[in-house]
Amino acid sequence: MSLAKRIIPCLDVDNGRVVKGVQFVDIRDAGDPVEVAKRYDQQGADEITFLDITATSDNRGTMVHVVEEVASQVFIPLTVGGGIRSVDDIRTMLNAGADKVAINSAAIFNPGFVQEACDAFGSQCIVIAIDAKKVSTPDEDDRWEIFTHGGRKPTGIDAIEWAQKMEELGAGELLVTSMDRDGTKNGFDLALTRAIADSVKIPVIASGGVGKLEHLAEGIIEGHAEAVLAASIFHFGEYTVEEAKRAMQQQGIEVRL
Amino acid sequence: MSSRKQIAVVDYGMGNLRSVAKAAEHVAGDLAEVTVTQDPQVVHNADAIIFPGQGAAKACMQALIDTGLEHAVQQAAQEKPFLGICMGLQVLFSHSEENEGVDCLNILPGTVTQFQLEDPSLKIPHMGWNQVHQTQDHPLWHKIPQDSRFYFVHSYYVQPKHSDIISGQTTHGTSFTSAVAQDNLFAIQAHPEKSAEVGLQLFTNFIQWNGQ
Repeated sequence: MSLAKRIIPCLDVDNGRVVKGVQFVDIRDAGDPVEVAKRYDQQGADEITFLDITATSDNRGTMVHVVEEVASQVFIPLTVGGGIRSVDDIRTMLNAGADKVAINSAAIFNPGFVQEACDAFGSQCIVIAIDAKKVSTPDEDDRWEIFTHGGRKPTGIDAIEWAQKMEELGAGELLVTSMDRDGTKNGFDLALTRAIADSVKIPVIASGGVGKLEHLAEGIIEGHAEAVLAASIFHFGEYTVEEAKRAMQQQGIEVRL
Repeated sequence: MSSRKQIAVVDYGMGNLRSVAKAAEHVAGDLAEVTVTQDPQVVHNADAIIFPGQGAAKACMQALIDTGLEHAVQQAAQEKPFLGICMGLQVLFSHSEENEGVDCLNILPGTVTQFQLEDPSLKIPHMGWNQVHQTQDHPLWHKIPQDSRFYFVHSYYVQPKHSDIISGQTTHGTSFTSAVAQDNLFAIQAHPEKSAEVGLQLFTNFIQWNGQ
């Protein structure tokens, strides 16, 4: 009897619509984030994360409506990331019904913002998204750096030092995405996940690279993550969240079923 | 005036009240009207009280005092169906270790202490879905299966002075009290508003509860 490891489906939302394709045969509108979130909830998702990839700030209000709609119908934790830059942004999302916000680049440009956010709303709702890429050569010890702009711009910041700094500033959780693995379907960068998970006390969510169900269990067992995040394996109906949990359970991982 | 049961969600500026209100409204139907309020008079007049809370103990206690809700909450906790959630459980106790020590509402004797876990693989905050073992029968556990998983997020837990008020226990490295019940009062460390079916069932039970 103990804490279950979590599975978190992630939806990319552009202008109020789910993008990168979600296909369910028996869903009315697979582009509607509310419909998709309800489906994942029914399948037993432990939380749902929305990543707002809307390019223009004019359309940001759309995401607020999405969160309001989902939060009145889905009663599991909801996280919203993308474009969270100020205390006002956070307040708006929490008031709409989000439980946590994921802060990414704003933390890099202004680490003081992390502390400000944690002081204002509590650590429990502040997730720091860390996008990291391996920068060491094969004959060196592993080393990862924080990248911005979807993995294109290096920052020179060491990923592990950054994770520890975010914990010190009050972050409640870390969402660690390998930019080397994101979209590859080759599995998590387990060495990265483990290096960060072992260097902080707060929970780590592994992200980036899930292509098969086995990858999820690897993230927990080898990556030492508390939770695993995936998008495409659930979107295309390849696997349900429940199937993913059963596969994890077969590996001896405690899950909520 | 409506004859529906009036349920007040106490808003002292700490926590995701909207989530709590939405979950309660979702199951209330025609039975009850759910109002989020900062007004001590509304708390006083309501038939039942939901007392949520998030954040640090010190900030929560300060907010209760600043909003003038401290006395109304204390009184409600003695006399009508009262549901404390998360920090709304912790501040019911005498004292919390958080923020170098904070005196709390002292409705229930006992203290609030931080997780000290030797196993480095156990993370703090205790975040996610864990089992609540029901240690006594209670109307609020109606139709909720034994050892159901609820969603938790916290770094501190309550240690009641009197074990007869313990209604639920959970294990995270150590076994701790995750729910308490005394007369008209029930309080839970987990977030029923984020605990899917079992959480909604708990709200349904609360709305139907007469406080006995």
